[in-house]
Amino acid sequence: MGLLSRLKEIFTGSQQASEKKPEAVADIKRPVTASKPAKKPEDVKVEQKQDGKNKEDKPVVNKITVGHVHMSGCTGCLVSLADNYAGLFKILDDYADLVYCLTLADVRHIPEMDVALVEGSVCLQDECSVREIKETREKAKVVVALGGCAAYGNITRFCRGGQWNQPQQESFVPIGDLIDVDLYLPSCPPGAEAIRNVCVMAYLLLQGNDDQKALAAAYLKPLMDLAKRGTEACGCDLMVDVINQGLCMGCGTCAASCPVRAITIEYGRPNINRDMCIKCGACYAQCPRSFFNFDVMNQFEGITEAIDGAMGKGGQ
Amino acid sequence: MVLGNYKTALSARSTDADILKCSQDGGVVTQLFAYALEEGIIDGAIVAGPGDEPFKPEPVVAMSKEELLAARGTRYTISPNMKLIKEATRSYGLDKVGIVGTPCQMQALRKAQLYPMGMRSVPDKIALAIGIFCMENFPYQGLETIVEDHCNVKMESAVKMDIGKGKFTVYTERGAVSQIPLKETHKYEQPGCHVCLDYVANLSDISTGSVGSPDGWSTVFVRTKKGDDIWSKAITAGCFETKDIASVKPGLDLVTKLATGKIDKNKKTLEERATFGVGKGLRNPYI
Ligand SMILES: Cc1cc2nc3c(=O)[nH]c(=O)nc-3n(C[C@H](O)[C@H](O)[C@H](O)COP(=O)(O)OP(=O)(O)OC[C@H]3O[C@@H](n4cnc5c(N)ncnc54)[C@H](O)[C@@H]3O)c2cc1C
Ligand code: SF4
Ligand code: SF4
Ligand code: SF4
Repeated sequence: MGLLSRLKEIFTGSQQASEKKPEAVADIKRPVTASKPAKKPEDVKVEQKQDGKNKEDKPVVNKITVGHVHMSGCTGCLVSLADNYAGLFKILDDYADLVYCLTLADVRHIPEMDVALVEGSVCLQDECSVREIKETREKAKVVVALGGCAAYGNITRFCRGGQWNQPQQESFVPIGDLIDVDLYLPSCPPGAEAIRNVCVMAYLLLQGNDDQKALAAAYLKPLMDLAKRGTEACGCDLMVDVINQGLCMGCGTCAASCPVRAITIEYGRPNINRDMCIKCGACYAQCPRSFFNFDVMNQFEGITEAIDGAMGKGGQ
Repeated sequence: MVLGNYKTALSARSTDADILKCSQDGGVVTQLFAYALEEGIIDGAIVAGPGDEPFKPEPVVAMSKEELLAARGTRYTISPNMKLIKEATRSYGLDKVGIVGTPCQMQALRKAQLYPMGMRSVPDKIALAIGIFCMENFPYQGLETIVEDHCNVKMESAVKMDIGKGKFTVYTERGAVSQIPLKETHKYEQPGCHVCLDYVANLSDISTGSVGSPDGWSTVFVRTKKGDDIWSKAITAGCFETKDIASVKPGLDLVTKLATGKIDKNKKTLEERATFGVGKGLRNPYI
């Protein structure tokens, strides 16, 4: 992870990065149980600060392992993860080790990991991709389809081959067509904050106390349900599964979420320019009438504070 | 809890005569945004601005008191305020966004903050979310039918509409008042409202409506830390006259009664939807 530490120095300066003592992940209703923070990396970090060593050298307990698996995607999803800036370092310092990532980590073969963030669809004519997506399923506890291409094919759906320099590569399928996927994070690319939230929740699910586990499970469930819903998405989902079902109330959220501005609201209902739609799945996933889990939403204030706390930002 | 979490409930109205003049009730929404804008608590607010047809709102990002004033008053039809939530941060470049909306729009907002898949830059920039109470809403053509056919008033000559005390009321520029019982308007409600389980915008920072308070006054729930902070500053700055909610008639009892009525009715709708077909049902967004 040499590149990563260098990046960190550029962005924050290694000193500054280790200056702030990480706070415990704030709890939603109750304080974190006593055992948890003691075991958390902060103790290790304080020592590191004293000996002035790069914290990457020390193994940190209790972190989860995360990998970024790159299939046929544009790296936009990875860039979105990186767009958390200091937040990304916070995640990598305290909550997750990046054990695989062609762009940022020097690891050639897919290792065992807790969470695989898969970006991009699978090209059926590319043996290596087909093998690697299956391997990812075998080696990762949780497979996340990160972004529209992995979840729904997105723009790669429109491929018909003939492109330089692999003209024979023309069939791209969402990863869910080849393997079981646990969780979807749609959109093109998914917002940086959405990836951050899922990382924090994945950490709580695997390493948190009972309350935190329950919250994380409740938070992640709708994204798991999306993964079960199917591997096709389109702006038409708003018509089929919201308007046609008598559920639309014209809030306008879908229009805001569309990355290509294919949606306008006409007389209180979304109008989808279907030629512009790239099939990223953002609009339906973001619509409050696709899923709305009161058990999570009612705690929005506490959860926001907890995430801010986990990220070392104010609020906590 | 039908009224949601709140720290304070009270009756209030703006102390600014300009704001009160064309506000729906106590001018709470416009006054709060005007104060927050002036104090730099928000850089702008998404409100229901004037549209190209009478009483058809068009969401705008208001960045001045004039724009806020132009958006005063209730339009009983859809204003898709959430459609500007990402524009406000990305195109307008606002760091501190205010937004007013119906309970369903507050739900959409919190979902956008907790699951910001298509909402890059939005989650951390919401500075003040004001919810307005809402029993139901009408598609524009529905509102037109109510006003023109049932109330016999041209949309162009209406100056204010109000729902209250079981009636839909239209006021015209010539001072005429046309009223019909709400039972005649029910069939024009948009279907999406019939699965709605929130009356008083439980997920807002501050929510407000007319029910519970005397005419010209608003009922206010201060809900979150953010809301509480802004509300107390606004009170200190003399933005509002207030009354103890326990001292006003009809007070919180009526709010509770209406909220319970709405939620029970719509829960029943959701149940009926589950077995709407033969061995098949309609989708439930809440599970
Ligand atoms: C569809 C609808 C149904 C309502 N039902 C009830 C009810 O059952 N009981 C109750 O007590 N109150 C209800 N209200 C709220 C009430 O009518 C007032 O809007 C509220 O009391 C605020 O008044 P005010 O004087 O504080 O706001 P003002 O200062 O007049 O400002 C009102 C604000 O609301 C915005 N706005 C207007 N129309 C809409 C719209 N359609 N969508 C989103 N924002 C809008 C305006 O842009 C403005 O910023 C309803 C409002 C709407 C829009
Ligand atoms: S987000 Fe959903 S409820 Fe809101 S306007 Fe779009 S389809 Fe309708
Ligand atoms: S309409 Fe827009 S948001 Fe919806 S799937 Fe198509 S591109 Fe994505
Ligand atoms: S009744 Fe509910 S769904 Fe309908 S406009 Fe009001 S808050 Fe939205």
